[in-house]
Amino acid sequence: MNAPSTFKYAKSDEWFDPTTGKIGITDYAQNQLSDVVFVEILVEAGQEIAAGTPIASVESVKASSEIYAPAGGKIIAVNQDLMDKPETINADPFGAAWMIQLEGAAEGDVMDAAAYEKHCEERSH
Amino acid sequence: MVNALEATSPKVVEPTVFDLSSPGRVGVQMPAPDVPAMEAPPSHLLRSELPLPELAEADVVRHYTRLSSFNYSVDGGFYPLGSCTMKYNPKINEDVCRLPGFLFTHPLQPIETAQGNLALMYQLQEWLKEIAGFAGVTLQPAAGAQGEFTGILMMRAYHKSRGDDKRVKMLIPDAAHGTNPASVGMMGMTVVTIPSDSRGNVDLNALEAACDDTVVGMMLTNPNTLGMFDENVEKVISLVHGCGGLMYGDGANLNALLGIVRPGDVGFDVMHFNLHKTFAVPHGGGGPGSGPVGAAEHLLDFLPDPLVGIVEEGDDETPPLYGFITPAKTIGRMKTFHGHFGGGLVRAFAYIAMQGPDGLKDIAQYAVLNANYLQAKLRDTYKIPYDRICMHEFVAEGRFEGSDVRALDISKRLMDYNFHPPTNYFPLIVPEALMIEPTETENKDTLDAFADAMIKIAEEAKTAPEVVKSAPHTTRFGRMDEVKAARELVLCCWLPEGYDLS
Repeated sequence: MNAPSTFKYAKSDEWFDPTTGKIGITDYAQNQLSDVVFVEILVEAGQEIAAGTPIASVESVKASSEIYAPAGGKIIAVNQDLMDKPETINADPFGAAWMIQLEGAAEGDVMDAAAYEKHCEERSH
Repeated sequence: MVNALEATSPKVVEPTVFDLSSPGRVGVQMPAPDVPAMEAPPSHLLRSELPLPELAEADVVRHYTRLSSFNYSVDGGFYPLGSCTMKYNPKINEDVCRLPGFLFTHPLQPIETAQGNLALMYQLQEWLKEIAGFAGVTLQPAAGAQGEFTGILMMRAYHKSRGDDKRVKMLIPDAAHGTNPASVGMMGMTVVTIPSDSRGNVDLNALEAACDDTVVGMMLTNPNTLGMFDENVEKVISLVHGCGGLMYGDGANLNALLGIVRPGDVGFDVMHFNLHKTFAVPHGGGGPGSGPVGAAEHLLDFLPDPLVGIVEEGDDETPPLYGFITPAKTIGRMKTFHGHFGGGLVRAFAYIAMQGPDGLKDIAQYAVLNANYLQAKLRDTYKIPYDRICMHEFVAEGRFEGSDVRALDISKRLMDYNFHPPTNYFPLIVPEALMIEPTETENKDTLDAFADAMIKIAEEAKTAPEVVKSAPHTTRFGRMDEVKAARELVLCCWLPEGYDLS
């Protein structure tokens, strides 16, 4: 596990970086999904969203998953490049594969990195 | 078991008809025209560059016969594809659906000349009503997903007819088939996901919290995709009914219930049947399906138009006259003509007629027995996350402590043992899911051979993981590149002029 210690995590495997306001999915999530082949971000810059809003749909060769916002706020940027290069999610889940960026974000039901790693460990066997 | 000859013979790749083409070869010699030649269409409508293959009849027949022999089918072997009910399809159904009276009717011919077909459809409606405990049945929907769409349209029409306009939410368990939320999405309604509890039942607390006066209803598959009969199904239904919602039954797994439980009696208001699963209509190639919908008394008026009914009663001397009737508040027509008549309805009719009530009950009991037998044989080797008496299928985890062999690898390796893989990676709530549905048509020898192969593969995962991870080895083609296929969506064998691939 390599979850950045400054990020916050939702039970459903999304991360939120309180410093930059960015949101993405975790390394555990990309590993479970395996090779990601399609990403569609369902929200747009300028939109106000609440925590728990579906923000993206991610498809791998195994499954299709809805991605929910771990925090709410005003969307100031959407990562358009990610939709052209979905494999970025497998390569750099905590960095280049951010999905949206929020301003004035309010965290939803999230946990810290240590609690999240425990949550992943519990599901691994 | 692996055929030693196959394993050592060279793999022959079948060329395409374009590769086989040679200029001037023809399949049919046309005689010289004995009528005046027509004027050719305008030249701008004619294309000379179309790459049509040129082949003799024998080339064509051999090519497609060889291709057909590459298929894996229920006629060739065990096909435990979970939630698909890939039972053996009795061949008498093929004879029946090819009877000239069924084969050569046209859906627009006068009803007086198609009474046999209408009588069959009427009787099938009656049988499906009796089997599942409903007051009415439409045979129109093309397959399960269109059945869902039909059912949801009826639920919406029911609420609207009562002036109840604020219902927009559909409750769907996290074990549901993906078609359930997709059908709801097509209706512009909102999906509310209800988690499963540790026994694989609907989580009652979460359900209760979600029940309010904006709920259209709930879509429940019972037994669910874990193969579990919901132990609290009556409580689930009373919670949904309690908030004014309707209960939709996804009949995909009806095979486990035939002659045992009638969903209508339990409180389901509307449900689709999958004739291509439960009632032995062949569907290995993705179709044709057939998804009739059953409705309780209070939804009868909303059924699609038309239904088959008796328009003139008969007596001892004269049979009744069958025709079409329109439900009072119908949602309208769901499909051109009358559903998949020959492909689905006639075969399903023949199947039910051959089984009779006792035979249908046997089907459910043997389907459940076979699944539990396999589950018991595999329990010590594969983790069964929801481990209790299952119905027609069960879900195992395709992963082992300290090994990077995954469900997909196990499935590919099963092909080397001449078995069709189970359903992979579904339901989503089980990691590395292998969803196994043996159906009632398999004997103990087949089940034992499959269990032996699964146990052998688990050993190989420890002793020779590379063999499993690079499987299949004995099939005509090896491991396909699924990622490339999904990322580069190029389906043409040649690119249209001016098309830029980059």
